Amino acid sequence: MPAAGLSELAGSEASLRRLLHGLPGVDQVGVEARAAALATRSVKTTAKLWAIDTAISMVDLTTLEGADTPGKVLDLCGKARRPDPADPSVPPVAAVCVYPDLVPVAKASLEGSTVKTASVATAFPSGRASLSVKLADVADAVKAGADEVDMVIDRGAFLAGRYGRVLGEVQAVREACGPARLKVILETGELATYDNVRRASWVAMIGGADFIKTSTGKVSPAATLPVALVMLEAARDFTEATGRAVGVKVAGGVRTAKDAIRYLVLVNEVAGEDWLEPARFRIGASSLLNDLLMQRSKQRSGAYAGAQDFSIE
Amino acid sequence: MGEGRLGVRKTYKLYIGGAFPRSESGRSYEVTGAGGEFLANVALASRKDVRDAVVAARRAQPGWSSATAYLRGQVLYRAAEMMEGRRGQFAEVVAGAEGLAAGEAASVVGAAVDRMVWYAGWSDKLAQVAGAANPVAGPYFNFSVPEPTGVVGVLAPQASSLLGLVSVLAPVVVSGNAAVVVASQERPLPAVELAEVLATSDLPGGVVNMLTGRTAELAPVLAAHRDVEALDLAGAPEGLEAELEATAAGNVKRVLRRRKPEPDWAGEPGPERMLYFVETKTVWHPIGL
Repeated sequence: MPAAGLSELAGSEASLRRLLHGLPGVDQVGVEARAAALATRSVKTTAKLWAIDTAISMVDLTTLEGADTPGKVLDLCGKARRPDPADPSVPPVAAVCVYPDLVPVAKASLEGSTVKTASVATAFPSGRASLSVKLADVADAVKAGADEVDMVIDRGAFLAGRYGRVLGEVQAVREACGPARLKVILETGELATYDNVRRASWVAMIGGADFIKTSTGKVSPAATLPVALVMLEAARDFTEATGRAVGVKVAGGVRTAKDAIRYLVLVNEVAGEDWLEPARFRIGASSLLNDLLMQRSKQRSGAYAGAQDFSIE
Repeated sequence: MGEGRLGVRKTYKLYIGGAFPRSESGRSYEVTGAGGEFLANVALASRKDVRDAVVAARRAQPGWSSATAYLRGQVLYRAAEMMEGRRGQFAEVVAGAEGLAAGEAASVVGAAVDRMVWYAGWSDKLAQVAGAANPVAGPYFNFSVPEPTGVVGVLAPQASSLLGLVSVLAPVVVSGNAAVVVASQERPLPAVELAEVLATSDLPGGVVNMLTGRTAELAPVLAAHRDVEALDLAGAPEGLEAELEATAAGNVKRVLRRRKPEPDWAGEPGPERMLYFVETKTVWHPIGL
């Protein structure tokens, strides 16, 4: 697809529809079989150690609970900077992801580190609010110092076929973000088909997303391997067509090091080695980090670790 | 077996988290009877089976220890009932494993069932024997209670395949611990039968996990595992005990040493094994303020 034609094609509701429905259809059986086949790859010894460290550096350490307190966010930020206090060779995670009102706490605590502050916005997780409220939400987060903004798309509008409205919102949020990175959450668990996932990915990327993200973590199913495969293909194709690199973030349901390594295999095989870095691939998770640390310690010491060896937050 | 009927051979599997999986490694080994005759192929567990078993035990232990002592006793008694119902089958495998005559095997099985009942009865009495109301110089009600140690690795006795096994397993679980058991290497069949009994005795899955395989391969993994709190060396391989004990010190496990030679398990056991795998908690409760 010629890059110059993209914005014109997306210029009107009708041409955007033609563009999205002109995307090649996704072979459901094929995608699931390929994802399952790649999931059987065995990654051992030094490759496993490398994969674990890479996965740690890609984690967006997340807490999105109504019960979040500044104290909990501070704990999380401490863990993000230095995941294992006993071992300085563990890399810091990519970002800490919180609700907008806790951004100042996280930002202050992460000062001087490489860890970014990410904030969800746009009436997360449902996205059911008017555009002006969503933009105010984003402006709030950016003003408080968020380096990255995770927005949700209007799934209702998308499923009703109003692609132009979804695109318009993404573009408006993109503008409101200013220098902050924009991650667009598709909430694939609500999109019903892989074709929809591919179309939503393209809408988000045309709208200016720096990352396309699978889910909020509040809906089940959250991230799955086949969905990630479709999104990685979309990101790869978009990057090839336009030259603008777009990353992918999986979120929700990634709990074990084994899961994380499966995603890394998928990234390498589908999008390529260029995507194996925190600027292009992220894993949104909370309990995953402890399992990665446990596997790391097992890999280094030879003895299985226990959950009590690592901090809860 | 009826005319023209094919034999229905039994598959001896592991018991992990309430399920009966084959070894993760896909390996198995031949078990022979006391006379060298072939008995069965049994799963040869790997270190990853130990890992899975410890995860299952860790998950099951809080629920089991918070069950009332009365209920734990009932569950162990139920296990004894189930063993009683399968006495014939137990006698057969014990006879095959230990080379005993039918009568001797039957009496060993009887003793094993009685041992289970004996320990079941201890569940709500242990705190009265091991606990205390302590006199202290101050306005405090001061008392001590025994609490389970946590996840206990058990190397089952090598010679006594059923009575010995029950004698080391029951005292561990009765107080609320969860156990990862490595069965006798050469005589594992009674242990697998016991696992099948436990699976149908209302014992929550994961409280007892039964592994069959090479003790010398599995024991070091258990000893080094940082999520295991205690280790019973009853069936530790000759010459490996010191190394196991040293490894177990990595996370300060309780280690119960092996008695040499293997004790006569038929004797009256006493409460020592139960008392070894509990921790004493002492509470200072202010009064009169």
